[in-house]
Amino acid sequence: MSTQSLVDELVKTFKAQGRIVIVGASLAGLRAAEALRDAGFTGSLTIIGDEVHEPYDRPPLSKQVLKGWVPAGNTKLPRMREVNADWRLGVAATALDRDNREVLLANGDKVPYDRLLIATGVRSRQWFNPEEAKLKGLFTLRTSDDAAELQAALKARPKRVLIVGAGFIGSEMASVCRDLGLDVTVAERSSAPLVGALGGVIGDIAAKMQRDAGVDLRTGVAVEALEGDADGHVRRAKLSDGTTLDVDVVVASLGSIRNIEWLDGAELATGFWGVACDAGCRAFDINGVVTDNIFVAGDIARAPHVLYEYQFMSIEHVDAAVLGARTAAHNMVNLGRARRPHLPLPQFWSGQFGVNIKGCGVCSFGDEIVFTQGSVEDLRFAAAFGKNGRIVGAITFNHGKWLEYYGAMIERSAPFPPPPPGYDQPANAEPMSARFPDPREPTGLPDVVLTGHDPTSRGAEFRPKSR
Amino acid sequence: MTTAETAWTEAMRYENRHDPYRFFDELRKTPVVQVADKVYVVTGYRELLQLAHDPHVSSDISKSPISAQPAAHAQPDVGAEHMQAYGREPSLIVSDPARHDKQRRQVMRHFAPPHSPNVIPNMAADIQSLCDDSLDKIKANGGNVFDVVDDYAYPVPVAVICQILGVPLKDEPTFHGWIFDFMAGADMGPDAATEEGQARKQKGKESTAALTAYMADLIHGFLTEPKDNVLSKLVNDKDGPDGPMTPQEAAANAMLLLIAGHDSTVNTIAHCVLTLLRHPESIELLHERPELIPKAIEEVLRLQSAVQFFPSRSVTSDIEVGGTVIPAGSAVHLLYGAANRDPRRFPEPEKFDVQRTDNQHVGWGRGVHSCVGGPLARLEVNIALETFLRRVENPRLVVDPPPYRVNQVFRGPLHLEVEFDRITDQR
Amino acid sequence: MRIVVDLNRCLGYAQCVPLAPEVLQLQGEEALAYDPNPDDSQRQQVARAVASCPVQAIIAEMDPPADRTTK
Repeated sequence: MSTQSLVDELVKTFKAQGRIVIVGASLAGLRAAEALRDAGFTGSLTIIGDEVHEPYDRPPLSKQVLKGWVPAGNTKLPRMREVNADWRLGVAATALDRDNREVLLANGDKVPYDRLLIATGVRSRQWFNPEEAKLKGLFTLRTSDDAAELQAALKARPKRVLIVGAGFIGSEMASVCRDLGLDVTVAERSSAPLVGALGGVIGDIAAKMQRDAGVDLRTGVAVEALEGDADGHVRRAKLSDGTTLDVDVVVASLGSIRNIEWLDGAELATGFWGVACDAGCRAFDINGVVTDNIFVAGDIARAPHVLYEYQFMSIEHVDAAVLGARTAAHNMVNLGRARRPHLPLPQFWSGQFGVNIKGCGVCSFGDEIVFTQGSVEDLRFAAAFGKNGRIVGAITFNHGKWLEYYGAMIERSAPFPPPPPGYDQPANAEPMSARFPDPREPTGLPDVVLTGHDPTSRGAEFRPKSR
Repeated sequence: MTTAETAWTEAMRYENRHDPYRFFDELRKTPVVQVADKVYVVTGYRELLQLAHDPHVSSDISKSPISAQPAAHAQPDVGAEHMQAYGREPSLIVSDPARHDKQRRQVMRHFAPPHSPNVIPNMAADIQSLCDDSLDKIKANGGNVFDVVDDYAYPVPVAVICQILGVPLKDEPTFHGWIFDFMAGADMGPDAATEEGQARKQKGKESTAALTAYMADLIHGFLTEPKDNVLSKLVNDKDGPDGPMTPQEAAANAMLLLIAGHDSTVNTIAHCVLTLLRHPESIELLHERPELIPKAIEEVLRLQSAVQFFPSRSVTSDIEVGGTVIPAGSAVHLLYGAANRDPRRFPEPEKFDVQRTDNQHVGWGRGVHSCVGGPLARLEVNIALETFLRRVENPRLVVDPPPYRVNQVFRGPLHLEVEFDRITDQR
Repeated sequence: MRIVVDLNRCLGYAQCVPLAPEVLQLQGEEALAYDPNPDDSQRQQVARAVASCPVQAIIAEMDPPADRTTK
């Protein structure tokens, strides 16, 4: 038998008899399972998830669920097909034994695997003060259970909501509060909302957008302490500028923490930014050697991207879960040249304050910005980001149909600034500094982070300085 | 003449109106190709998408070399009649952002979400009644043959658009004639150069002028006596962020909405019936699984795009696309109907497959100029097709291919005779 | 029924919204909001909306697959 036919036999046997375990039962886990079955995998499939719910759609949680249009439990994801898996929901994976090829669960079970997919995603960063974190009326938003509680709290019409952190999710929640006619204060450490992902120039536009919508936006300000009443319910917030706010609901929108703790001791390349893997979704071990049987997909994955100087990128957007999961699944049941790379053009969107913000590329990789189409004042425009004379990202506000034109330019590393359009040029069409904050600052964590060339790099410490 | 020029001329020739596609296939060997002086056509799917999203492609007629050509020369590709048809003031279809975007917002404000989300859904019951009434009339006439175009496909959309816009339905016999003349007179093919073609063109011009005057009058009437309809709201709106349209702008856009608002729908309904009758197994499938009707309609549009192209576009700078450089200032026709049969994008492109997966056809256009009336048209076509399938028993084509209308842009059967066993009663 | 809209693909054409107004809403000019688990009474509307999207951004599960008992 030739080597190639041996390999083909191996693949065929694995597809029929292999055991695959997926740790993580949200969007990435589900789509990977479907893709495995589509690829002809008929072996045993186990899906482990720490939430009790079957996979559900998260983006609606910060929008139509909070608004009260859709109940928190009603965002279950459609299935593209049968997956015929053994679902272990409501039980967390607590350790990975790579020698014996087993996943250890919180209830003591051991789940053996031939190939493993890590898709455990992220969780909300909790309030930094453990005592204050126990206050009633203090929320984070990641899960449908979180959303149910927060929706109920907003429905009770609190006198004032305080949102700590003006990233995409924090801003969306502030928008919902205004739609509900609630008074809302947003406290943001950086100079403006969205600054980590999109820079200060866009941040200033977002700040005006929030204030025009009636948000009490405080920038350059941290929340130093929360105080509660005798019932243990939050009532006051002390800000670093010396002011005190009376608040009934506080939402901590402080970013995400990758769920890597269960991988301690497994000697994989895990760190603050997730699990490092190659462009084929195969995990690196701690030495930087690619493993053969462990794959990564979704928010937790960190992989090199050729368009961005092979820097490792960690993308917290839908395509990472859907496209990454599909590629990982494909590669889990293929060998050699049949494998595919996961090389998406990153894309993201956010619906807030009546504006559809859509972007592509990695804007924070750039240092310059130029407005290319439309009117900034009207909140209808397109802008491109550049680095070293090449376009690396683009953003549109209610101008989404133009985005793919910029996406195509990013994919071919076209020159920056791009040639001016044939019409509708903005009043100020000169390139300028995009004003991105230093990524080592405590806030300003973009959702796509470039994390360097080293698979095991741990990045900076992000716990707020103690006072 | 080059092969491309020949193929283009043949594709535009009236005798090929029932099937221009074999000439599009010939053209598609070079997906972006010059077919006349300063005129390029695009028949490739990816190439079309690239251009539809490129802000160096203009829809502004004043920038197009076509509108600059004297109409008397009647080259096979002259489209100036289309441009002038919509009134002296350019309507949104022949404008670029920011003016286009503003007009589009002003127009859509009164019949589309977010501001008017209920206007179209609320038409469903009326559309159903109109379809049923048309079939009842056909049934009452006796016999077992009817013309799908004149007796079924036409009456519904025209009544719907008149109601929404506020154009009096009683004037329909008059403006129907004007629109017919305009369409017949705007010939982009070699037949326009004949004596008959020239006569049609002249008649088209006169009718266009009459229609323009009619619309201007109607709009002025709404200024003095506001009514609850889209055209009246368009010129009287004080609440909207973009404000009211001027009467001239409104008249130009009103003509566009009136014509585009029903003509393409008529052609689509007719093409749906034609395509289904050519593939009787699909009729059985849709009877068994009526939830597939929306997909069937999109597949019909892929094969028989109601607007084959719209000759307004030109490029404001050199654009490289599909291996060709289109020089700045050239006209470029995006051939939606051709791109929809690009084998590089659609496996077995000639096949009518109701269940085709990933049917991202470009029959409604793409980019900021995509069809404003899409949701209304789809609602009408869905209900019209459902009703036809439900009530017309054992329909058969009498003539295939049916005679086609002259117009290459708004392409559809002139008549579509269908034989049937019986028409059942309304539900 | 369950739906999810790929909001990366969605460009705000809004061809879908008027065909299923109880399931799909436009927020502002372009941003789409949807009810992920609409009632079965919306089947025809959802089918029309799914077909209408030029970029096929709406994924719908009209009936649960055989391996799932929950609605």
